[in-house]
Amino acid sequence: MQSAVDLARSSLPSKTRRRAHRRVAPSIVTAAVLVSLLALVPLAFIIWIAVQTGWETVSALIFRPRVGELLVNTGLLVLLTVPIAIVLSVSLAWLTERTDLPGARLWAWLCVAPLAIPAFVHSYAWITILPGLHGLWAGVLVSVIAYFPLLYLPVSAALRRLDPALEDAAAALGLGPWRVFRRVVLPQLRLAICGGSLLVGLHLLAEYGLYVFIRFDTFTTAIVDQFQSTFNGPAANMLAGVLVSCCFVLLGLEVLVRGEERYARVGSGAARHQPRAHLGRATILCLLLPGITTLLTIGVPFITIGRWLVAGGTEVWRFDEIGLALGQTLFLALAGALLATIAAMPMAWISIRAPGPLQRVLEGCNYIVGSLPGVVIALALVTITVRIALPLYQTLFTILVAYALMFLPRALVSLRASIAQAPIELERAASSLGRAPLNALWSTTIRLSAPGAAAGMALVALGIMNELTATQMLAPNGTRTLAMAFWSYSGEIDYASASPYAFIMVAMSLPLTWLLYVQSKRMAGR
Amino acid sequence: MKYALSALAGATALAISLIAGPAAAENDGIIVYNAQHESLAKEWAEGFTKETGIKVTLRNGGDSDFSNQIVAEGAASPADVFLTENSPAMVLVENAGLFAPVDADTLAQVPQDYQASSGKWVGIAARSTVFAYNKTKLSADKLPKSLLDLADPSWKGRWAASPSGADFQAIVSALLQLKGEAATADWLKAMKANFTAYKGNSTVMKAVNAGEIEGGVIYHYYYFGDQAKTGENSKNVELHYFKNQDPGAFVSVSGGGVLASSKHQKEAQAFLKWVAGKGGQEVLKNGQSFEYAVGKGAESNPKLVPLTDLQAPKVDAATLNSKKVTDLMTAAGLL
Repeated sequence: MQSAVDLARSSLPSKTRRRAHRRVAPSIVTAAVLVSLLALVPLAFIIWIAVQTGWETVSALIFRPRVGELLVNTGLLVLLTVPIAIVLSVSLAWLTERTDLPGARLWAWLCVAPLAIPAFVHSYAWITILPGLHGLWAGVLVSVIAYFPLLYLPVSAALRRLDPALEDAAAALGLGPWRVFRRVVLPQLRLAICGGSLLVGLHLLAEYGLYVFIRFDTFTTAIVDQFQSTFNGPAANMLAGVLVSCCFVLLGLEVLVRGEERYARVGSGAARHQPRAHLGRATILCLLLPGITTLLTIGVPFITIGRWLVAGGTEVWRFDEIGLALGQTLFLALAGALLATIAAMPMAWISIRAPGPLQRVLEGCNYIVGSLPGVVIALALVTITVRIALPLYQTLFTILVAYALMFLPRALVSLRASIAQAPIELERAASSLGRAPLNALWSTTIRLSAPGAAAGMALVALGIMNELTATQMLAPNGTRTLAMAFWSYSGEIDYASASPYAFIMVAMSLPLTWLLYVQSKRMAGR
Repeated sequence: MKYALSALAGATALAISLIAGPAAAENDGIIVYNAQHESLAKEWAEGFTKETGIKVTLRNGGDSDFSNQIVAEGAASPADVFLTENSPAMVLVENAGLFAPVDADTLAQVPQDYQASSGKWVGIAARSTVFAYNKTKLSADKLPKSLLDLADPSWKGRWAASPSGADFQAIVSALLQLKGEAATADWLKAMKANFTAYKGNSTVMKAVNAGEIEGGVIYHYYYFGDQAKTGENSKNVELHYFKNQDPGAFVSVSGGGVLASSKHQKEAQAFLKWVAGKGGQEVLKNGQSFEYAVGKGAESNPKLVPLTDLQAPKVDAATLNSKKVTDLMTAAGLL
């Protein structure tokens, strides 16, 4: 997809390109700048609060043993979870993409499916089966289960695209299969592993519900505790500041580790499809890995939800209550997805049609904010609206803005891919036929990018449906989403009443996860 | 240009509906910031609506976040009524001058002991502190005599609490009022070393029942609520009432008040009157909440130890200091 863009771009003299967009660009750039500025508001807010609070209080609130404890907890969680998730995902990806494992396609889908189950539902399932489960290792176990697909997706996509010529050359030079894997395959997976690890790490920092069930304190749970004790006190904001710094450390690490090596094929021609390795007698043994993984990641939640549904009987299906929550959740998810997609549109267009330093900075802003935990964004928006923009306080508008900020990158990635596939010539033709600039854009590129926009919206909607912390803090009065209802019942240990909500959340997320799976296949060109 | 115009019109319509939507909803009935258990508040709201036709919208949360939220919202608060589980949150809002005086006939329904002397808020229910313990792991003669005993090193790793909850923070606020700041700070420090943190009192009881821990400091009604359902999370649990005016015998008053900024004073006062009156108090007696009724002549659920037998310490609910408590708990590393 990237190469198609480059082609389109290089085939035109740069002057023509600039002239064609001179009239359109300013308004779109302005829109993109506005969106990025808005996205930076939560970040600016945290800095502003820190400055206002004064250094003495800030240092008293940050340099205390509790923060050290949380830092150790959060750090260990990331350090342990990410490597385990990498090993698991690479093994699974290799088995499903590069071997003749029976049912490889089914296993591949089952490796993505855990994403359809909200992380806190995973935790709810495990705590039902092992009530005493708690602490760091419990956190690592459930985190790996909930988040390894975020690594599996890019790694399997990269494995699928690898050029077998390199491996053949290494083998021909006398390397055994293991050394070929370590010295040739693994380095080529570096980008995918880095990207996936970053995603997993950011999710670990942001997750709340998962760790509450298993009694493991991280920065995010501590921020929510402080919020519940003091609403928007300085202690919560300072913890948020430390959490944001942790996010930056992860982002920086990823850039460092990613490196700048060349991964593309040198010379002409296209890569062959790789042959699949024959597992032979090891097949049974190899089936164990995806089998056990599926049992733990899909089996446990489904069995527990089923168990509670049976235990609760018909009594737990309070249809008026469930219907209302379902309706509100769908509405929020759709409206949020729409807003995020509209907000992402100018940025996506610029990054394809008029890339440059400004665009890279703007895009960076959006990704940084998208990597912030929901609780941080919500805390900022609550305080800003209540202090400065009171008419917007507790309105649908504010919560939708929060969703848009949190999930903008999801919309951006999908949109960009499909704008890249819309030929720029159509925009020009529309202009030359007399359409006003924005109108020309509307009747060509924007329409052609509809499939990408739809895919992006689905991903954003998936995120919103399973969002808990920001929704609780920002929701307008009378709102009760599926996740909120689930949380409220499970907080009172009424696991049976919570189960229909868990079931509906999973049932609604499964098709969207399927879409994600299909999309990743398509991106890999197969 | 037609398309651009229609798109713009669509977007504007959406924006207007987004901003105006919630505002329209506010004109319809009253908004209650409810920190009480959702199921109980829902029963109250439904009973009141059935009798008066006034619609009640509940926003559910906790004592502390709501009280601080109301203070932050100030005169612009969308809330009409505030209901809590404990008194300190009420005190915080009262000290910020945000409550309207409660109607005299509402106050007359409740004994003096269960309302603010200022008349700014009124008791709507009460709960007693207990030490819930696992009867297979702990015998009755080994129980702590006082809440203060739990600071002793011999209790290390043997008891639990939910420090982030307003319930436990209310117990600490009573301790603060009864024993002073230095003693409370010391006790909290010892607690940090001794106790295991859980999120939520139900979770504490569940862990006690499962034998993960010997006992926990919670309120009484979690046990009775679970017994009334399946007993699944309380079959091994027994309650120990500290009595003897011990800080651990603290009875916490749940409060209700009407916000001065409310634009529906009449309806809000009517709701509070209903909750503190016969209708609301009967929900406590007959429902599944198992909280104590506090209204004059109102009876609590017969399964409970009578309120008068609890030998609770004399605590002035109107001066419980929630801000100081969270500061002390933050300093002790509990928050």
